[in-house]
Amino acid sequence: MSFDERALKPSVAPASVSVTERAADLLHLPRRKRLSNRKLTLGSFLVAALLLAAIVVIGRMVLPEATATDFTMKNLAPSLAHPFGTDWMGRDMFLRTLSGLSTSILVGLFAAGASSIIALVLGAFAALGGKRADAVVTWLIDLMMGIPHIVLLILISYACGKGFWGVTIGVALTHWANLARVVRAEVLQCKESTFVAVARKLGVSRLRIATRHMLPYVLPQFLVGLILLFPHAILHEAAITFLGFGLSPEQPAIGIILSESMRYLSSGMWWLAVCPGVALILMVLLFDLAGSSLRKLVDPQSAQE
Amino acid sequence: MARFVLTNITKFVLLMLGVSLVTFVLVSISPVDPVQANVGQAAYASMGEEKRAQLAAYWGADTPLFERYFNWLGAALSGDLGMSLRYNAPVAQVIAERALNSLALMAVAWVVSGALGFLLGIFAGAYRGTVFDRVVKGYCYLLASTPVFWLGLLLLIVFSVQLGWFPLGLSVPIGVASSNVTFVDALHHLALPALTLSVTGVANIALHTREKTIDVMSSPYVRFARSRGLSTLRILREHGLRNLIMPAITLQFASIAEIFGGSVLVEEVFSYPGLGQAAVTAGLGGDAALLAGIAIFSAMLVFGGNLIANILYGVVDPRIAKREVTSDEL
Amino acid sequence: MTMARSKCEPHGNAQPGVKPTTESTQSMQDPQALHDQPRSRHGHAHAEPHGHAQHLHGEFHHHHSHAHTSKHPGFHHLLTVEGLNVAFRMYDPQAPFFRAKQREVEVIHDLSISVHEGEIVAIVGASGSGKTLLADSIMGLFEPNARVSGVIHFNGERVGADALRQLRGNGISLVPQSVRYLDPLMKIGRQVEGVGRSDRDQAASRLAKREQLFAHYGLGPEVADQYPFELSGGMARRVLLCCALMDEPKLIIADEPTPGLDLELAIKAMDDFRAFADEGGGVLLITHDIELALRVADRVAVFKDGTVVEETDVASFASPDSLNDPFSRELWYALRFEDMPQTQAPVEDRTEGATTAPAASLPSREEG
Repeated sequence: MSFDERALKPSVAPASVSVTERAADLLHLPRRKRLSNRKLTLGSFLVAALLLAAIVVIGRMVLPEATATDFTMKNLAPSLAHPFGTDWMGRDMFLRTLSGLSTSILVGLFAAGASSIIALVLGAFAALGGKRADAVVTWLIDLMMGIPHIVLLILISYACGKGFWGVTIGVALTHWANLARVVRAEVLQCKESTFVAVARKLGVSRLRIATRHMLPYVLPQFLVGLILLFPHAILHEAAITFLGFGLSPEQPAIGIILSESMRYLSSGMWWLAVCPGVALILMVLLFDLAGSSLRKLVDPQSAQE
Repeated sequence: MARFVLTNITKFVLLMLGVSLVTFVLVSISPVDPVQANVGQAAYASMGEEKRAQLAAYWGADTPLFERYFNWLGAALSGDLGMSLRYNAPVAQVIAERALNSLALMAVAWVVSGALGFLLGIFAGAYRGTVFDRVVKGYCYLLASTPVFWLGLLLLIVFSVQLGWFPLGLSVPIGVASSNVTFVDALHHLALPALTLSVTGVANIALHTREKTIDVMSSPYVRFARSRGLSTLRILREHGLRNLIMPAITLQFASIAEIFGGSVLVEEVFSYPGLGQAAVTAGLGGDAALLAGIAIFSAMLVFGGNLIANILYGVVDPRIAKREVTSDEL
Repeated sequence: MTMARSKCEPHGNAQPGVKPTTESTQSMQDPQALHDQPRSRHGHAHAEPHGHAQHLHGEFHHHHSHAHTSKHPGFHHLLTVEGLNVAFRMYDPQAPFFRAKQREVEVIHDLSISVHEGEIVAIVGASGSGKTLLADSIMGLFEPNARVSGVIHFNGERVGADALRQLRGNGISLVPQSVRYLDPLMKIGRQVEGVGRSDRDQAASRLAKREQLFAHYGLGPEVADQYPFELSGGMARRVLLCCALMDEPKLIIADEPTPGLDLELAIKAMDDFRAFADEGGGVLLITHDIELALRVADRVAVFKDGTVVEETDVASFASPDSLNDPFSRELWYALRFEDMPQTQAPVEDRTEGATTAPAASLPSREEG
């Protein structure tokens, strides 16, 4: 006989350790871990989101100043007045960077938003539409993954005649594959869960099951995936703009700033490349922070961390 | 085995059809009119009547899209990918010349990033939570957020501009005939781009191997090995390598797409005359035939990588290998 | 019993400073001892000449029992574990999400158990109740976030964390549950041979030893060239045993070694352990299967709520009157499909507050 069925739960003893314990009897102590605190995680998510929102707003607001040229102030190294220095036209690099970052976020917002909708639709279609639908979506994903991202971006951008929409559509069309896989897996798992089976037996309509049961189940993972799409979208936007396929030179963009900087590298103007690049990395890290803290909060697996 | 080959051939054909169609449609719907865009170009001007007709048949708006596609596909199957307007040479020839440079660059980065990432990942995973682990993890997360072209610029500033150790660009010294280029020269010009590409490539493989190592180290068989008195290092040698090397190599083969993408950017930064640079030139200059050719070449490369990954997986894992044999015998 | 007890000397006396008596005054049924023992027993363990653990317990008059096979050569036990606590840090699962604090949850508390040479001691408890943590602790395998304390003696020596690490595969060997404990990518032969604790010059002798073990346990030479996934259940069990025997252990910890076997087969499978014990080894059998435990073990320790509530001779299960703990008595009744007599009300489960009457939920045998 076994008495597994009554699967005795570990008794939750008071936090103070048993009275019988003596220091000399200690065999092992928990490794000191920086405590991850749920409130702290929520806080860091909010701070990251606020900072990013601030970048967008301020970046838009300083656009006139960012494009203002002043030839008396050209080619200045970073100083207190110009933390990122100035370029060959005397534009303040800090303000240029800021508005470039805000453009990046906007492109990212459009692209990641569209991409995630594609992912949601295709992922759900694959999971719910039967074997053939699944095969079609899988093949589409293979196709997407079959061409290097950058090459596909160049192709799409070329097809769209470059510019803002070229890069936005390009990023949107190339970044859905991973998230679609996540959605597909989540929906499949949900479909096989008992509560959906019960709902189906009870004659609940398909639409109702999808909106009432599946959406709330898939949504958290979907949101996390959406936020984590941003870093990729932004980096690819910068890359494709850097190559000359993305935003046009008049628009404020990190890719433009960095590709211009290449012409001045040999004359020692390092700040034109270094400062905007660091700012871009910091922003990408902010998105990562937002995404990963949100994941910690919604993902039951890491809930005990 | 026969079934494995057949499935993969089918897959390859289907995928290539898809890729070529997508590529062709994309370059064809472009508002950048290749004929117009290239009117002023020497290549177009010096072209014979016959060539112009061929060009018009390829890209001309008069012919329906699908007809053009099948024309192009038929020619491509016989090895004719058309003429590159920018380089004034057959696309196949341009790709062949450039591919060598690119493959050298990618191969170095592939090996270096793979080996380095694998080692970092294993030790970070085996000694999880230590300072070493945290440094590796931090490095990887930072690199994953770093644009590869910016990293290239940074290395260029430090090593070429400030220190003057490496040339500013090109895979051979300027003004030297390619026959006179020494191996050392080539290496000298390859070093920085390869370093850039290697350094970024480490992140992916290291993080992946780290996760896998953590899985392996908490597996029942490692627990059993520990209970038999093996130290962590011994366990890594006995059980770790065996179980970790294949996922790592598989991942490395499967990430050829990323390395190729990285090489496009790196080549642009270092003016390294490879496929990536050619693709950018073609895209900016409206050289549709070359762009399509490179896209298809890159897709074949990626497919090859994935295929090798699949095959290796079957060869090394006895569970799959033995089953293959038995199912063949039946 | 008498023989066993005479070998058992010197039994620790409860009072510090009092020399162990030459003849054990404590017998299983000695009611006097019940009142004599102070609650805390750790104070004495260190003062003992052979690091000999105390046979004292506040609730049971005798902290551990003896079966007729129990031996105490050199006046000490093979293994004693006293006051073992294992706790983990985790979020309080009951608190509201954002207000949840991390706290320590004790999975094993104040657990004591001992193994003599020549005997099989079965520790019986529900799966997933933390028995494997006990095995891990005895082998010095600790989870990073665990807090572990307790007094462990092996072969008369007090052993700390480092010494436990040294004993792995070098005195104490584990026989795990299933083939999952073998590296899926390593051939059986090499895996059984292992690399040993010290150096490669042993390779030849380990090969010879492995071949000898394979021959003894009816494993053909071709098995050495197979991979774990090719083993049948019975073969896997013998292979795992061979792994343990390669290191010539004194103590074998068998963690659910007969999963999925029906009782008769499981008992037959235990013959190998019996043989090992008869040659002077000790076996700590961890199982959720009380029927198996009663059939093959010399003594049984009943594991519940993270501790051993009763450690007793198998013979004590002959009658509920010889069982001290209410839970053990419940088990006794459950095994006979009888209800507890009305006078003995079922005990309240401390954690759930629900009554736990084994008879009411007597499950069928299932795979471990």
